[in-house]
Amino acid sequence: MKYIDEFRDKQIVELLVEKISLIATREMAFMEVCGGHTWAIQKFGIPSLLPKTIKLLSGPGCPVCVTSKSYIDQAVAYSRLPDTIITTFGDLIRVPGSTSSLNVEKSRGADVRIVYSILDALQIARSNPTKKVIFLGIGFETTAPPTAAGIINAAKENLKNFFVFSAHKIMPPAMEALIDEGVTINGYIAPGHVSVITGTSIYEDLPKKFRVGCVISGFEPVDMLQSIYMLAKQIMENRFEVEIQYKRAVTPQGNIKAQEAMREVFALRNDWWRGFGILNNSGLCINEKYADYDAERMIPVEVEETKEEKGCICGEILKGLKNPSQCKLFGKVCTSSNPVGACMVSHEGACNAYFRFSK
Amino acid sequence: MMEKNILLGHGSGGKLSNELIKNLFVKHFANPILSQQTDSAILAIDHQNITLTTDSYVVDPIFFPGGNIGKLAVCGTVNDLAVSGATPMYLSASFIIEEGFSISDLEQIVISMASEAKNAGVKIVTGDTKVVNRGQCDKVFINTSGVGVIDQKFLPISTGSRISVGDAVIINGTIADHGMTIMAARNFGSFKTNILSDCACLNHLIKEILTEGCDVKFMRDATRGGIGTVLSELASQNGIGIEIDESKVPVNKAVKGICELLGFDPFYVANEGKVVVVVDSKSAAKAIDIMKKNPLGKDAAIIGEVIDTHQGKAILKTSIGGKRIIDTLAGEQLPRIC
Repeated sequence: MKYIDEFRDKQIVELLVEKISLIATREMAFMEVCGGHTWAIQKFGIPSLLPKTIKLLSGPGCPVCVTSKSYIDQAVAYSRLPDTIITTFGDLIRVPGSTSSLNVEKSRGADVRIVYSILDALQIARSNPTKKVIFLGIGFETTAPPTAAGIINAAKENLKNFFVFSAHKIMPPAMEALIDEGVTINGYIAPGHVSVITGTSIYEDLPKKFRVGCVISGFEPVDMLQSIYMLAKQIMENRFEVEIQYKRAVTPQGNIKAQEAMREVFALRNDWWRGFGILNNSGLCINEKYADYDAERMIPVEVEETKEEKGCICGEILKGLKNPSQCKLFGKVCTSSNPVGACMVSHEGACNAYFRFSK
Repeated sequence: MMEKNILLGHGSGGKLSNELIKNLFVKHFANPILSQQTDSAILAIDHQNITLTTDSYVVDPIFFPGGNIGKLAVCGTVNDLAVSGATPMYLSASFIIEEGFSISDLEQIVISMASEAKNAGVKIVTGDTKVVNRGQCDKVFINTSGVGVIDQKFLPISTGSRISVGDAVIINGTIADHGMTIMAARNFGSFKTNILSDCACLNHLIKEILTEGCDVKFMRDATRGGIGTVLSELASQNGIGIEIDESKVPVNKAVKGICELLGFDPFYVANEGKVVVVVDSKSAAKAIDIMKKNPLGKDAAIIGEVIDTHQGKAILKTSIGGKRIIDTLAGEQLPRIC
């Protein structure tokens, strides 16, 4: 398959592994920020190919994993309202809230529908004019522009029954917070699809401030290995800068239209991240102009008190301070069919990937 | 830990289904035959070994490229008998029909059941019909049960108790066709694909490899949960290590494309005409030759082997040469596919 097979070519992979082994003569740790990278690394068994000098850490880039439990609790509360349809990406429905999950509410009769895009959610709103349709907007700069476009469309059509419950977040504050909190890494494998939207400028401060490498990577094994090679080369040459490996998709300026759509609809707010707590200006809320489409403003709902799970170390895992096998719950109490923490739910979550592929 | 309510994942054929079966059905129905949990129950009656199996079909949509709910209901049950090493003989067919359902659609379903039964050489000898109020079931649900006879020498096939290190793991063709066909039929109304469900009766193909003297040690049809779940369960239930070579596993190009697009792993997508066969390595080449002569096995391939490490685990050698574990499916990948 074009654009896939070339990037899964075994010979190129072997060549890259050899080059990495030759260059990485001292120990170095890289963090893949994006959950898509975590998944690809585990799915293709990349750690089994790398030299011992290179350690890969999973970062905070799985949208489901960093979403707060209180968000799930509020979504659950929305799903219990009469004449309400919840539309969501599939991953979110299994995430446990304090006492329930969307999946459990669905089995009790709530109308919870999995969609692949906000466009499906808009269609559901058009076809069900007597019901309130709430779209659960989660994710980073990758999924925020489509949500923005969906809201702009809804406004153009004057749809009165469509709402977004936004937990959208932006990536750079978390990448900075990680290093501020003392996580020792030599370089970031920076998220490819976030960068398609944002371009490179959002990372420019990182190498300057923290002396870490930063390579924007694609998601296929050849992409990932080339990025690891580029990072290792930066470290060995004592050079810290932002480089683009994923050149077939990422440009320095990014997708201007998508950036405009985000600016049109969202405003920055302080937001809560699992593992980090509140990070300043890291979340995207719907601005005044589009307030009519903001579920939080328009649909009042009583939400149960949020209870955090005891013993779950998702937070430390998201910061790369611990790996899943160091969690007491991992594989025993917390499994992919009975997840305790969010990192076990999403297939992009570090615990889920470790559980499925290397336990 | 058991859930308080039934979730769709309890019908996935993966982990949640297994927990429900173990903690509820096997617990209360407890008997030595049921606890084997094989594709069909093997019953010793009057010095004859009879196999019995049953399955319900709730696929949505009921008509899909490559088949319909009726064809599926015959093939699924015939295959559950055949993979145990049995010769399928008789089926029952029960229908739960929603008030208002089109009789001509029902006839089309019944005609394809008759034709598939004839091809497979089985007779549908008893049945039942119930009609429920509109909205109390979705169009039509079908249950089929099947009876077959099994030769004493094939008894170990259903549990895989004779499997040993070096045995070859074979699949009779491309994986994930059925699940992705259903997915495409449901979601891509305006997006044309040319993929077809692999829904087919495998009893003749299986009989050919059994009667030609291939030393078959285990068979299972890789339906819900896909080949990933079959391999993972086989490894853990028998305490053996299995290594699969990803590059050897046949996947149709279009199916691979849709899987990539929607984030499905073909290893966990349902099949309805695929059997995972473990044979003695000496029989492997012969089994492939025999399969390739049958249209249902034209893409047959050796995809892996039983190894002397990693006991209890199925390992995947990925297309780029890395290694990882193959786990069973958790939750539902896609509901109501069969």
